[in-house]
Amino acid sequence: MAMAEPEGAPKESFRPSMLIYDTRYRAITIQVLVLAGVLALIGWLVNNTLHNLEILGKPLGFGFLFEPASYDINQRLIEYNSRDTHLRAAFVGLLNTLLVAAAGCALATIIGLFVGVLRLSKNWLVGRLMTVYVEGFRNVPVLLWILLTMAILIDTAPRPAAFRKGEASMLFDAIAITNRGIYIPEPVFSRSLGNIHLFGSSSLRFDVSLDLVAILVALIAGIIASILVRRWADRVQEETGDRPTTWHIRTALVVVPPVLVLWALGFHLVYPELKGFNFKGGIHLRNSFIALWLALSLYTAAFIAEIVRAGIQSVPKGQTEAALALGLSGGQTMRLVILPQALRVIIPPLISQYLNLTKNSSLAIAVGYMDITGTLGGITLNQTGRELESIMLLMLVYLAISLSISSVMNWYNKRVKLKER
Amino acid sequence: MAETTYVRTEMLPPKPPPPTQTGVIGWLRENLFDGWKNTLLTLVALYVIYALLSAALPWFLHAVWNAESLNECREIIKASWGPEADGACFAVIRDRWHQMLYGFYPQDLYWRPNLAFVLMLVALSPVLFPNLPRKMLVFSLIYPFLGYWLLWGGTVWAPVSWALGFILGYFAFILVNDRGGTILAAIAAVVVPVLWWLFGAGPFADLVQSLIPISLADVESRQFGGFMLSVTIGITGIVGSLPLGIILALGRQSNLLMVKSLSVGFIEFIRGVPLITLLFVASTLLNIFMPPGTNFDIILRVVIMVTLFSAAYVAEVVRGGLAALPKGQYEAAAALGLDYWKSMRLVILPQALKIAIPGIVSTFIGLFKDTTLVSIIGLMDPIGLTNAIRANAEWQGIIWELYGFVALVFWIFCFSMSRYSMYLESRLETGHR
Repeated sequence: MAMAEPEGAPKESFRPSMLIYDTRYRAITIQVLVLAGVLALIGWLVNNTLHNLEILGKPLGFGFLFEPASYDINQRLIEYNSRDTHLRAAFVGLLNTLLVAAAGCALATIIGLFVGVLRLSKNWLVGRLMTVYVEGFRNVPVLLWILLTMAILIDTAPRPAAFRKGEASMLFDAIAITNRGIYIPEPVFSRSLGNIHLFGSSSLRFDVSLDLVAILVALIAGIIASILVRRWADRVQEETGDRPTTWHIRTALVVVPPVLVLWALGFHLVYPELKGFNFKGGIHLRNSFIALWLALSLYTAAFIAEIVRAGIQSVPKGQTEAALALGLSGGQTMRLVILPQALRVIIPPLISQYLNLTKNSSLAIAVGYMDITGTLGGITLNQTGRELESIMLLMLVYLAISLSISSVMNWYNKRVKLKER
Repeated sequence: MAETTYVRTEMLPPKPPPPTQTGVIGWLRENLFDGWKNTLLTLVALYVIYALLSAALPWFLHAVWNAESLNECREIIKASWGPEADGACFAVIRDRWHQMLYGFYPQDLYWRPNLAFVLMLVALSPVLFPNLPRKMLVFSLIYPFLGYWLLWGGTVWAPVSWALGFILGYFAFILVNDRGGTILAAIAAVVVPVLWWLFGAGPFADLVQSLIPISLADVESRQFGGFMLSVTIGITGIVGSLPLGIILALGRQSNLLMVKSLSVGFIEFIRGVPLITLLFVASTLLNIFMPPGTNFDIILRVVIMVTLFSAAYVAEVVRGGLAALPKGQYEAAAALGLDYWKSMRLVILPQALKIAIPGIVSTFIGLFKDTTLVSIIGLMDPIGLTNAIRANAEWQGIIWELYGFVALVFWIFCFSMSRYSMYLESRLETGHR
């Protein structure tokens, strides 16, 4: 028989004062109040905004995106002319943002790794030099680095005419550093496969180079084959105890297919040449891109160096000693014991530095590099007077980039999380 | 048993180590020339240092401090050091010194920002260094209003009546707390000052001003500039973002679903967009969000945005500190019968903030560096002034002198902040080692 309720126990009935004094109901009261407050605030702001837009005679709408942009973008990855729409201009800008972000992340990682490792070096002088680099770069605003690099490129690099007079010369006869930008050789395919045209004639149309696709396919196939060889070597080692030497086969598998494809496509370089007052041919990297790229990379590299240093220092010395005691070689110790543990510490802050670099690339507007801030948040905004819509779209784009990068990070964190049993 | 006379009975004194192991030579061998790889690194590093010094030293030694333009500088350098010589033209800093410090602030009023800066140091010192007398904190509380009055001028009764709002809120909280409980008190503490600021503060200031007129000459926000502007925005942002960040972090850890999701949404949104887009909002959109006719001060708009931006980052750092605390601390606080706010204030936050100090300070360093972004929306901070000076005919072509000067000042500020964070960490270190 179930226990009966004690006789005469007060039957709790709901009283309004319990909304405040009873912790069970108080949580609900607070949330309702907070929600009401926030909704009231948002409603007030939206109401003001609509009212103001009405006064200004600019009802909310995104139709302006499909009007002709009628401005030029001098550095672009895809074909664009001033008769294209604002949406197309924003798309060109987005690709420019992604370009400088990807190039910046790559260079920053290389410099950061290098500096971070050297900072731990036993060599006193090198360690100090690297400390000076890190402390110098990260304590000065990145905007200043960008503008300084831009000023140096414009004011101290030789004019193209100087190359004619012999006052300046090209590096390796291939790269010309001028005050109008840097000219580098352009890869060209004489037996090109052509392009695939995507998205018809809409604002988001772009061409995919089949040559690039072919090279990528060859590279990926090579890497997969190399992994298969490694698996085979693992299996042999487990069965017999001896590991077959595979590094030469694996290198060949990765290198040879892309080289073959390049040869088949008729790969050659077109060098920049001085014609008239300027260089022709080759790829023209404008000063704005170079300044942004170098400054962002050097600045972010200082932070990455610290992350790398902390990561390496976080692995206890006992791990190295234990690995050596097991009979692993120096390289194996690094690859199988130290790196997996250091990377667990390094990768999350590293990715958030990538995120910072991507967001900082919006400073492009200070040197006139046409990224998404320069197109959508700059010229388009000023020409159409659509501040609200432009800035909302701009924020959405950056949010989408940030959220996708941080979801990659979360996935990685989950994968390498210590499994505690 | 034969005598073993050949056994020594006393110890020999230890021999000094060989000269290659000690002193300067030993240090050099161990730290710089230990194996061929290390030697190579040392040589490369020496070459880098030589290359930097050989470019920079003559440049510094040939510096010119007195000139009207870059061309004049170059002529002086050529005249005194030969036609090939290269030298620094620090005359530009001397020429534009006041502008770099104060922007276009009226020249005869420079004493006001100077005084405000000195008083700011006085107000900050009891917060930064706990061994100073606690009574100085009263001045720290007064300072925001005093500093505003000194910088912008106008009647003294305007900041006084705003301060009165806070005092009214405090009394409202105490009065209601005794009768109606914490929630009602919290609501009263928000509603009373807001009502005062909206309806009471303006008339009150006008009334008292007409009775007892005390005022300073007005200075427009557009006249602010130089390092004064950076420090104003930076310090206000730092002071504002710490409490806001802590509240957001607590909100994110909260059990209340509504509070939690609002905090998460706000933090993730702010962290997902670059500061420059928020500054665009400040410069073009904020007036659209307000009732028609409102005209917000541009510096105030920027400060609001910078504060919100860095509060989101502070919140994430503080959340890290909260998460790092063992759960037992929360449970112990609850077991002692402390309510939520007491347990946070007395048990959780002191420990969590201590863990979060390095992160908080580096967020603040980032905020201070990010104040330079206001040059993009047209304010005359040091970077904006540098651009303007470089566009000027007299100083066109000057690079290192100006950027170097601005960089040096920022470096000193930021580096001392990071040193302070190290000092604080070591002072609060309670681990038993």
